[in-house]
Amino acid sequence: MKLLKLVPDHTNIHFLKWRVPFYVISILLIAASWALVLTKGLNLGVDFVGGQMIRVTFVGKPDAPVASMRDEIANLGYGDPIIQRFGKPNEASIRMKLPEGSEQHPDLANTMAERITKALKTAHPEVRIDGVDSVSGKVSGELFRTGLMSLAFAMIAISIYIWVRFEWQFGVGGLFALFHDVSLTLGMFALTGLEFDLNIVAAILTIIGYSLNDTIVIYDRIRENLKKFRKMPLPELLDLSVNETLARTVMTSLTVLIALVPLLLFGPASLFGLTAAITLGIFVGTYSSIYMAAPLLIWFGVKSDSFVPTEGGPNKAERAARGEA
Amino acid sequence: MLDFPRWKRIWLWSIIILVSLASLPSLASLGGMKWPENLPDPSINLGLDLAGGSHILLEADADQIASQRLESMEESVRSAMRQATPAIRIGDVSTQGKRLSFLVESASDVDRARELLLPLVNGQGLRREWSLDVIDETRFVLTPTQEGLDAALDQAMDSAKDVIDRRINAIGTLEPTIIRQGADRIVVQAPGQEDPEALKALIGQTAKLEFKLVDQNALPSDVQAGNAPPGSEIFPYAEGTPFAGGKVAVRRLGGIKGDSLTNAQASVNPQTNENIVNIQFDQQGAAKFARLTTQNVNKPFAIILDNKVLSAPNINEPIRGGSAQISGSFTSESANQLAIALRSGALPVDLKVIEERTVGPDLGADSIRSGMIAMGIGTGLVLLLMLITYGRFGVYADAALVLNVLMILGIMAVLNTTLTLPGIAGFVLTIGAAVDANVLINERIREERHRGRRVVQAVEVGYTEASRAIFDANITNVIAAVLLFLFGQGPVKGFAVVLVIGVITSVFTAVTITRMWVAGWLRRARPADLHI
Repeated sequence: MKLLKLVPDHTNIHFLKWRVPFYVISILLIAASWALVLTKGLNLGVDFVGGQMIRVTFVGKPDAPVASMRDEIANLGYGDPIIQRFGKPNEASIRMKLPEGSEQHPDLANTMAERITKALKTAHPEVRIDGVDSVSGKVSGELFRTGLMSLAFAMIAISIYIWVRFEWQFGVGGLFALFHDVSLTLGMFALTGLEFDLNIVAAILTIIGYSLNDTIVIYDRIRENLKKFRKMPLPELLDLSVNETLARTVMTSLTVLIALVPLLLFGPASLFGLTAAITLGIFVGTYSSIYMAAPLLIWFGVKSDSFVPTEGGPNKAERAARGEA
Repeated sequence: MLDFPRWKRIWLWSIIILVSLASLPSLASLGGMKWPENLPDPSINLGLDLAGGSHILLEADADQIASQRLESMEESVRSAMRQATPAIRIGDVSTQGKRLSFLVESASDVDRARELLLPLVNGQGLRREWSLDVIDETRFVLTPTQEGLDAALDQAMDSAKDVIDRRINAIGTLEPTIIRQGADRIVVQAPGQEDPEALKALIGQTAKLEFKLVDQNALPSDVQAGNAPPGSEIFPYAEGTPFAGGKVAVRRLGGIKGDSLTNAQASVNPQTNENIVNIQFDQQGAAKFARLTTQNVNKPFAIILDNKVLSAPNINEPIRGGSAQISGSFTSESANQLAIALRSGALPVDLKVIEERTVGPDLGADSIRSGMIAMGIGTGLVLLLMLITYGRFGVYADAALVLNVLMILGIMAVLNTTLTLPGIAGFVLTIGAAVDANVLINERIREERHRGRRVVQAVEVGYTEASRAIFDANITNVIAAVLLFLFGQGPVKGFAVVLVIGVITSVFTAVTITRMWVAGWLRRARPADLHI
């Protein structure tokens, strides 16, 4: 049996030759993402802005009657609902702001949910209430803060880890690649208007963990080659390292993608945002490892003597890791 | 590196077999099969988003506890001063500004008053519950200490949790989890609850029942305007009662609380056909109730539930038996809920629902089904890709992957963790990423063969060199997942659990276990070349 080779042996692509144009593109993409986030904004879900989300399925109907639902709910006098398709065509989500004064009297929110579901059930006997999420402004504020905090902590903790295990240049390079991945993911959510909720924060944290996988594998090879080829010019050495690990990079990204895509296509509707974010993140993460994390090392002036074995220092940890494996 | 003594092999294989066995009940339940009842059943819990159910987050009103304490301190101080011999006359009592202050009318009583107050302000042990100051010679100021307030809140939350527990147990059909969260919150999670509104009505009702004398001297116009005369307070009539919209002024002190009940039962008044709740005071409560009704015959008193007046009947004759009847335009359902609530005791503090998430059981079942289908397809594709890319080494990686899935399920079942909807996504991601270790190893072995190393050496170097990158790369995943677990809420925690367990098991199966298999094969077959 002939085995599949995604990347032919002795592949030698001069990735680093185009590092400047790619860097410009990447920085433009980051800027565009933030511009989108700041101008268009993220479609924050009830987790982060508070409010109520009711999910309904019209059992046995081909479509959810969005227009008539909108009228029925608007008639209740709680303001206009935001109604979105959710998953299958006969499923929908209804988002409402919490009624005035519900901070003091939380039962107002309950009454609203009851009245909405009752109105829908009267007009559409086939409706099935799949879930109700009510989040008060106080809780949503806390969720937003802890969400941001966890993202910041994750980025910093991981960069410190890389700095300790490698050198500071690698830590900064890794952080920059992370920033790139997170920015582009946020940009995608601003662009598409997909709902941004707690699941997406989880997805971004996952991206932070996984996108660094690639970066670390390449960095590990760069470190190895720096020790092996003392005289090789850095751009050439980086190219060599990227090419040597390219088969693995492609293969791993592919296995993750083929595992995730079925979930994206056939999985539960409420996982769509999470899966989409991770899928995109893996994609950008692979790119950023090659084009963001590696070239920075040239500009930071990593030298071959960065990893000359010394007593203590990172090499000690390295030996420990080797011993464990 | 490739040396596996017999004891090590036996050890590894027993781990594999044990953990896989532990995964079987969970596999059966996720696949919708029935697990034989006479076998041990360490199965994964399904989160509310998969099983269906309600998650309710309640927050206590800490200010209310503070003002309750202030009120009861005022009563204790008044009675201590009254009961002193000779009685100490006090005046100008105020509870403004969250502290209690009063004047002792005669300066010679100051020291005696201080002696009497000391036992009231010191709590259990070394804790100071209140700080006591005397200003301008005769004015006492009692300020609650933060320590005392925190302890009171803590105590109130503990007893609120017990009350909720008793109330839910009174229905008997639910198996809820009730957890205190932080200083002033309680989470109630009830799987499979079809009607969350009834659950909320039951646990959200404070059920603070009070009997207070109506202040008949208050001017009706003042009462309607909400201006309470000194020593009185104003409560509105409850919605649905005959006088709804009206207000009543009642004497602030000297009433009876309904927390000393021995029983409460819903029933129907045979004359009026009205839904009522019969209550029975305990001995102490009955004595107090008898005293109040004896001293105030022919005066009206108000029955107040959760700061709303249900009715304000006249006391026609002293009530000595300790039993009473409450009516207040109840439905049979709300009378029953009130009876349960009163039997379980009042909540020591009002609890507000600040977050609520409900998932219908049908949606949960749909999610499991579509999640499992997607996971099956994804796993199949990954297995196939590994097989056609790495041949024999792909088979080892595939076997390790299957083992990895079983191990995650087994460990989750044994640790009694919860699988949530995002957890399914974590599973799929782990399946895609778990083979990364094998990819790294296999690619490295390929490389080393190209460089001309001999078979055994290439494999050995492949495992050694790749292990370093595998270790570093997985640490970052663990860091992210641990932060996710620490900061994440509810279902997201379930995602983090799967990721952390998955990272650890995948390194074990993909590195250690495949190495054992590869080493065994090398020893048996002694291949001259590797087809990789």
